[in-house]
Amino acid sequence: MSSNVPVRLSVNGRVHELDVEPRLLLVHLLRDRLGLTGSHVGCDTTSCGACTVHVDGEAVKSCTVLAVQADGTKVTTIEGLAQGDQLHPLQEAFWEDHGLQCGYCTPGMIMAAADLLARNPDPTEEEIRHGLEGNLCRCTGYHNIVRAVSDAAKHPHAGRIPHPGPTPEGAAIGLELAREGLGA
Amino acid sequence: MIPAEFDYVAPDSLDAALRALAHGGEDAKALAGGHSLLPLMKMRLAVPTLLVDLRHVPGLRGAQRENGSWRIGALTRHADLQGRAELGIVGEATSLIADQQVRNRGTIGGSLAHGDPASDLPTILVAMEGTVSVRNSAASREIAAGDLFQDYMTTAIAADELITEVRVPALEDWGHAYEKFTRRAEDWAMVGVCALVRKGADGSCEDVRVAFTNMASTPIRATAVEHALRGQPLSSDAITGAAEQAAEGTDPPGDLNATPEYKRHLARVLTRRALSRAAGV
Repeated sequence: MSSNVPVRLSVNGRVHELDVEPRLLLVHLLRDRLGLTGSHVGCDTTSCGACTVHVDGEAVKSCTVLAVQADGTKVTTIEGLAQGDQLHPLQEAFWEDHGLQCGYCTPGMIMAAADLLARNPDPTEEEIRHGLEGNLCRCTGYHNIVRAVSDAAKHPHAGRIPHPGPTPEGAAIGLELAREGLGA
Repeated sequence: MIPAEFDYVAPDSLDAALRALAHGGEDAKALAGGHSLLPLMKMRLAVPTLLVDLRHVPGLRGAQRENGSWRIGALTRHADLQGRAELGIVGEATSLIADQQVRNRGTIGGSLAHGDPASDLPTILVAMEGTVSVRNSAASREIAAGDLFQDYMTTAIAADELITEVRVPALEDWGHAYEKFTRRAEDWAMVGVCALVRKGADGSCEDVRVAFTNMASTPIRATAVEHALRGQPLSSDAITGAAEQAAEGTDPPGDLNATPEYKRHLARVLTRRALSRAAGV
């Protein structure tokens, strides 16, 4: 029987301290322990990208990262993109261009697109398609997704995901949520 | 899918990690980015009892130029190498591994230690005639690329050893190309071909190296192609002729995506493309 491991991480600007089984996957920590169900489990085999979140500012497939590997990191999920009522430019563009049908792949698609625009603020259509290779959409044929990323790129800060950094208030709320085991 | 239970440690030095590996025996596994190991663990194809996470081990990251070589720390991620022109074929091939999310986690040492003949970096190491430095808690040694890959996912690295560094020649005056054929964009290569070509002043092929991904149980050199092209003029005809030899000596495994015969066909086509691009023809 393996023993639990303490993990401290910041998620969307809130600090969480949890004891986790070493085999707990990051996506399950986010969804089941913290109640952040925007990151979806599609294929569970590192293929579809629906579980994509940012760890320290870079896109990863959270079904293939152990929660213990995220100890000490800053995690950003789709829930951390909008600032109050203000949608992130990528969210706006997916909305405006109808870059989705069922929406299942959308959170991962947007998080991967943010990584792409951070690396390449003005991508060509081909570069967008290459940059989103890790994300599968079964509805759209990708056409409007590519258009949405291209339109979002016109916004000067589309690639920037301001990880708020844990404020004292956010840390307090996060620690309380973690202690209560929301969604667990 | 959930991995089977395991114990977990994250030592803060290389020595401590090597001791933990030695202590854990055959069922202990080192964890770098985890993008080869964790999928196997989730499918319960790998069931290690101890994971030694290397994320706190310092000094194993980054690429440094030393004399005519690049020394690349084993924990350097594909994302840290991708697209860097100064790294030549390493910069090209790393940008084609899987997808960006995988490249943000996967490491060069992890990929080489995994030894999957369908993955890209083993082929690159074999083509470049690079070496890896490995260490256990008692000693360190060098393993040449040609000796590293022994069979399907089987390398010369012992259970208590870790790759610490990868060393490849810079090959600055060589043209390079990696051609990879996949069914879906992010898939492993059905077949991959690495071509390195050094052009002489008279336009002839002074030297050439060709290596294959997924054409045998290990990455292999296409020696027949190399022999056919070395010393020849780098014309489109000569390249096409040499590429016809591509399937010689290969033993490609058939799988859901391709029969052995189809892979041999792909090898010939991709070899021609890779050589043409590497030679600038």
